[in-house]
Amino acid sequence: MTLSEVVGVDGIAGDFNVTVKESPRYVDVDKCIACGACTEKCPKKVDSEYDAATGKRKAIYVKYAQAVPLKYQIDPNSCIRLKKPGACGFCETVCDAGAINFNDTEKMHQINVGAIVLAPGFEAYDPTEAGVWGFGTNPNVITALQLERYLSASGPTEGHLIRPSDGKPARKVAFLQCVGSRDENLCGNGYCSSVCCMYAIKEAVIAKDHVPGLQTTIFYMDMRTHGKEFDLYLERAKNDSGVRFVRCRVNGVETDGVGGDCRLSYVNEDGRQLEEFYDLVVLSVGLQTPKHVLELAKTADIKLTAANFAATSDFAPVQTSREGIFTCGAIAGPKDIPQSVVEGSAAAAAVSDLLAPARHELTSEPSFPTEKDITGEEPRIGVFVCHCGSNIAGVVDVKSVEDYAATLPDVVYVERNLFSCSQDTQDMITKRIQEQNLNRIVIAACTPRTHEPLFRETLKAAGLNEYLVEMANIRNHDSWVHVQDPKGATAKAKDLVRMAVAKVTYGDSLRPISVPITQKCLVIGGGVAGMTSALNLAEQGFEVDLVEQTDTLGGNALHLKHTWSGEHVPTQVAKLVDKVMRNEKILLHKEARVSAVEGFVGNFRSTVTTKDGKTKVVEHGAGIIATGGEPFTPTEYNYDSITRVVTSVQFDKLFELKEQHVKSARRFVFIQCVGSREGDNMYCSKVCCTHSVQSAIALKKENPERNVYILYRDMRTYGQRESLYKQARKLGVVFINYELHGKPKVSEAGNMVAVEVWDHVLHRPLKIECDLVILATAVRPKVDASDLGKLYKVPVDGHGFFQEAHAKLRPVDFSTDGMFVAGLAHYPKPIEESVAQALAASSRAATLLSKTSVSLDAIKATVDENYCDGCALCVDVCPYHAISLVDRPEGNGKIIRVNKAQCKGCGLCQGTCPKRGVFVAGFTMQQISAQVQAALAV
Amino acid sequence: MSFEPKIVAFCCNWCSYAAADLAGTARMQYPHNVRIVRVMCSGMVHPEFIMDALSQGADGVMVLG
Repeated sequence: MTLSEVVGVDGIAGDFNVTVKESPRYVDVDKCIACGACTEKCPKKVDSEYDAATGKRKAIYVKYAQAVPLKYQIDPNSCIRLKKPGACGFCETVCDAGAINFNDTEKMHQINVGAIVLAPGFEAYDPTEAGVWGFGTNPNVITALQLERYLSASGPTEGHLIRPSDGKPARKVAFLQCVGSRDENLCGNGYCSSVCCMYAIKEAVIAKDHVPGLQTTIFYMDMRTHGKEFDLYLERAKNDSGVRFVRCRVNGVETDGVGGDCRLSYVNEDGRQLEEFYDLVVLSVGLQTPKHVLELAKTADIKLTAANFAATSDFAPVQTSREGIFTCGAIAGPKDIPQSVVEGSAAAAAVSDLLAPARHELTSEPSFPTEKDITGEEPRIGVFVCHCGSNIAGVVDVKSVEDYAATLPDVVYVERNLFSCSQDTQDMITKRIQEQNLNRIVIAACTPRTHEPLFRETLKAAGLNEYLVEMANIRNHDSWVHVQDPKGATAKAKDLVRMAVAKVTYGDSLRPISVPITQKCLVIGGGVAGMTSALNLAEQGFEVDLVEQTDTLGGNALHLKHTWSGEHVPTQVAKLVDKVMRNEKILLHKEARVSAVEGFVGNFRSTVTTKDGKTKVVEHGAGIIATGGEPFTPTEYNYDSITRVVTSVQFDKLFELKEQHVKSARRFVFIQCVGSREGDNMYCSKVCCTHSVQSAIALKKENPERNVYILYRDMRTYGQRESLYKQARKLGVVFINYELHGKPKVSEAGNMVAVEVWDHVLHRPLKIECDLVILATAVRPKVDASDLGKLYKVPVDGHGFFQEAHAKLRPVDFSTDGMFVAGLAHYPKPIEESVAQALAASSRAATLLSKTSVSLDAIKATVDENYCDGCALCVDVCPYHAISLVDRPEGNGKIIRVNKAQCKGCGLCQGTCPKRGVFVAGFTMQQISAQVQAALAV
Repeated sequence: MSFEPKIVAFCCNWCSYAAADLAGTARMQYPHNVRIVRVMCSGMVHPEFIMDALSQGADGVMVLG
């Protein structure tokens, strides 16, 4: 349901009644084929929201090229016809599909659901009203979102970076950070938006790639690149791309001269007042909760934080204050894509937990007629040429393509359709297949990426194997891109049809592969992440084997006292342990580790070995690695020799026990980034800034007379944690910035410890004599992570943390199917992010485990026994470890075997094999060769 | 008559083929000389295909992935 909003939520968890208001689209989505004829004719132009007002759209439009559903809509606020009945109406005239409906009305829906997930997102801060940056008055001051559009090939300037004031190429660009974030005076948003540092760096690097010689400067307060591999990116931006970084919050932008030059006045780190001129100033705008989301929160009756984000617990990060209502994404605090995607899966896990008893109640299986056996039949190819309204037919001479197709070998039937994808045409194609006894089909229309699944269903409905269809993409790759050249486009369309016919001639009936699933999960690691995953899966009804290396559950959280929001960690961990111990579906293996693994997705067999040498083989369909991390033992700042130099975890214990040295101490120095962000460990440990700030606050609260110093490189109290940083400064904690080249020096000074550091405010070295130095030490990966990784064929990254399949798209999956990752094993993170990731991992595992078997696409590597001579070249190149070398059954040499459950059909084997011994079904050497030959035949 | 090259492009289903689709959606105009062969990964493209294409008259071959 699009253009819809929730206006009422009644009932309780498990039985909600939701009232949804659906605004009129004025376009029938069942009829619209997104040809774009309407938008071309529409005379009304307004600012495009997607282009952040850098470009225009029409009153009838799709928001952007990849919009889902790809259907047009009319904006009633700008449509001439809707504002004045009887006027305009051009879109209706040109719509061949008859999709325009000016009489569309608002509809109300009542929906009965068991759970609700709130994922309404955020809005970017609008810097117009603040005035100081000249946004809205100086056209050369733009937001980062607008820059994104300028840099995009599909943007208003097709990727050329210009000064909006005069269209001249931009040569010097400044980025101003924290616009609409960490600022209570101008916008009231005291929190950090978490994502802007990283996106500014990315944009600066991309802009430099686009424009040779472009100068980019990022003005910032703290560089908050705390995500996985972000610091490496920052270093590359500095050292390889030459992005300049200046630590200063610039207070405003002044317009200089008529050309719209931007003048920035700022104070550099040496305290000198400077003035610089830029062609373009980019405001790195923050994230905030839009008004309509505040209303939604009211409707849903959930609590919000002081910063207007949904309030959640650190141990239940996707659960709102109202039972049965969950969140994911920026509604519960500013966050980046990976974390939002993780939370999406986490919310699904939380919902599955609640609604587990109702699983599969509403699913139904489609039925198809028995499939016809075409073995031995001569090809009888049917070609269907689509007009796509005027999309194809307006450029390509479809009649001549139809005539031409009829002349091709083995083509016995040809027809043209106005819209091949419409339901009536589908029915007609089904009829023709049966009538004409067709056994191979070519659809000359749009892209197989969106429409092949549809036509496969059509073939199935006609009793033909679904893989006997080929599409010729004469729209996206032809009529749309050769509008000015109908002759060339028609010739190309004929070639594309000829290529598709050549390929489909060699097509075969293929069978989807079915893999049985053992509906059990193995979770490795009994920390917060592992326990959360295990418990969620168990509560969804799955059996879980939980393997813990030590004799105690809890992991690293056993050393922690409070989460950033103040929740008591020991209490929560104890609750979690208790729930895990009591759950009958969880089998706990203490003092145990996985020593051997065989199998693959759905069918793993892991050998669990206990300390006393006993082994047990666990069969499981999915596995979650949550083995955690390790605290780093410092090797500098005289940690070894001075007893008054301690780590933050040691300090927590001393503080809690009210140890005399700590209790009576007056001066404390925290040193950040010990073991993080340098040399081979170029990553941020993410938790230490917040941890030190919290400790500093506790010290100050206990005794305001104390002097507490935090020596930091960038204070990374991201998101709503910024409130702690603010509180610490209010309490008088002194924050002193140091750079990597001027690290603090720690030495013994009688009974005290002396810390020397360069003070950037005073511009001289500062010597602090203190009672205690607390080192904010790094989180390290487990030393044996890669050994475990090898067992499951899952990789670790350059730092030794487990490497997910894709940072944004698959943040908890491994590239090996059926294996997932959560917690510190993946990257350092605070508890709420570990819990979210653990829930996400269990959700991903449950998608697999909820079925007794999984059906896979038939596009898989297949061995040709006649040609494979067992050279094994393909074994090494297979990225999915799907190929193994085995003895030939007849005993004469070797042959490869493909595990179809692991194969993704990428065909690296096929590309490597010198003997045609392996091919990918549906993309055989013969099929591709035929296609290439056909491409060049005329 | 001016020279009209014939170009064969092997495009990966997951990236470059999708990009070519998007170029269409965005109505980006380009010369009609290219013929796209969809593959499931550019790694699938056997060197033989490239040699075949060139020997059969292609003036250029692109492997995009």
